[in-house]
Amino acid sequence: MANIFELTNVGFTADGKPILTDINLTVTAGEYITISGPSGSGKSTLLRLLATMLTPTSGTILYDGQPQNTLPKPEYRQAVSYCFQQPSLFGETVRDNLAFPFELRGQAFDEQRALAALNSVELPDAMLTAKITALSGGEKQRVALIRNLLFLPQVLLLDEVTTGLDAETKATVHALIERHHQAGMTILAVTHDETEIAAASKLLTIKEGKLVANHE
Amino acid sequence: MNNLIVSPTALAFAVILVVIALGINLHEKIGLERDMIVGVIRAVIQLTVVGYVLTYIIKVDRVWLTGLMVAIIILNAAYNAYKRAAGIPHAYAISLLAISVGTLVTILLLVLARAVKFTPSQIVPISGMIASNVMVAIGLAYRNMNAGFHDQRQGVLERLALGASLKQASAHIVRAAIRTGMAPTIDSAKTMGIVSLPGMMSGLIFAGVNPSKAIMYQIMVTFMLLAATSIGSVIACYLAYPQFYNNDMQLVR
Repeated sequence: MANIFELTNVGFTADGKPILTDINLTVTAGEYITISGPSGSGKSTLLRLLATMLTPTSGTILYDGQPQNTLPKPEYRQAVSYCFQQPSLFGETVRDNLAFPFELRGQAFDEQRALAALNSVELPDAMLTAKITALSGGEKQRVALIRNLLFLPQVLLLDEVTTGLDAETKATVHALIERHHQAGMTILAVTHDETEIAAASKLLTIKEGKLVANHE
Repeated sequence: MNNLIVSPTALAFAVILVVIALGINLHEKIGLERDMIVGVIRAVIQLTVVGYVLTYIIKVDRVWLTGLMVAIIILNAAYNAYKRAAGIPHAYAISLLAISVGTLVTILLLVLARAVKFTPSQIVPISGMIASNVMVAIGLAYRNMNAGFHDQRQGVLERLALGASLKQASAHIVRAAIRTGMAPTIDSAKTMGIVSLPGMMSGLIFAGVNPSKAIMYQIMVTFMLLAATSIGSVIACYLAYPQFYNNDMQLVR
């Protein structure tokens, strides 16, 4: 399989403080990688660098063999989709959120596709018109996830997306991630969840901004 | 025209009104007494100076002098709008462009339509009226935009992460800022005649003009302010929102 990411000596410094140092990493297309480590070790920063939500202060990131910083950001971010730990739904209804990815691509909203996506995470059709203020934390997280997945990105970056969810919702989210992994999507997930770590093909450990372990 | 003359004694009595406002402010501990005193003193000095300057400009009636006065009004309005931008980069240049275009396009249309003549007695007061309204609109829009990017930061980040362009990620904030900027002008237009008898119309009636003619002027002023605040707010907001991002399309403010 081809390399989808190649990181060479990647570092990130904020306000003079090094957050990540000399990260060297290769990610192969279709891999499911989990990243763990103590809080504040730089795990989320690594995902944000891959998502171009932050820019490395040193080193290079290649995506599909091309320098990440030369690629147009909107198209790149549609292909490498980043999910936040505590997502924010916008607009008034769930529909507003699921319509946004269509709007970005200049396409008309496909209601059937949105309903199928809702059903894939055990949410009923009626949820489409629900006010976002009426949703529970677990429902919001699932809507945010399918908002990222509607157009099947090449890479899915998950930043502790199952933290704080109940066991049933976690299982639904794990099943969704696993389905997309089986279908060939590359997944990098920051997590402390044992089920996710067990399901992954590789485990990375980051400590004090450095990659200290890389287990197959 | 005699009814327009306000004697120094009458003005001195009017000071009692300021004292009442100051008294309320002090009693209620609102904390605006310094601003009120500075505001009153500045208004008296600035209006006195501008009164003499306008008398001179109208008397000599030179195009360049009229243009210079309009330029001074626009520069000052831009500076005041910039002060309300609370750190938005390039806010002075953006405000200057927005107020200049809003004011000059509106005046040009009015002159071409022969609604006003290019004489200092008409151009200078109308420029002041337009520039101050655009200044207020832009100032409100900046404040709303700063609050929008602060309060809805996570929503903007989510949109960017989904692959939105800067315009798509900011559109809801920009629209809200333009709406806020234009709200006073629109509200004023809606209540005109039933709540307020606005400045232009009141001034003409004071000066003895038939109210039915004064109305025509006021309608023109209302249209003119709607156009100018709309042009100014749109230009300012569309040039200001990219300042919240860096070259890597990341939210930095």
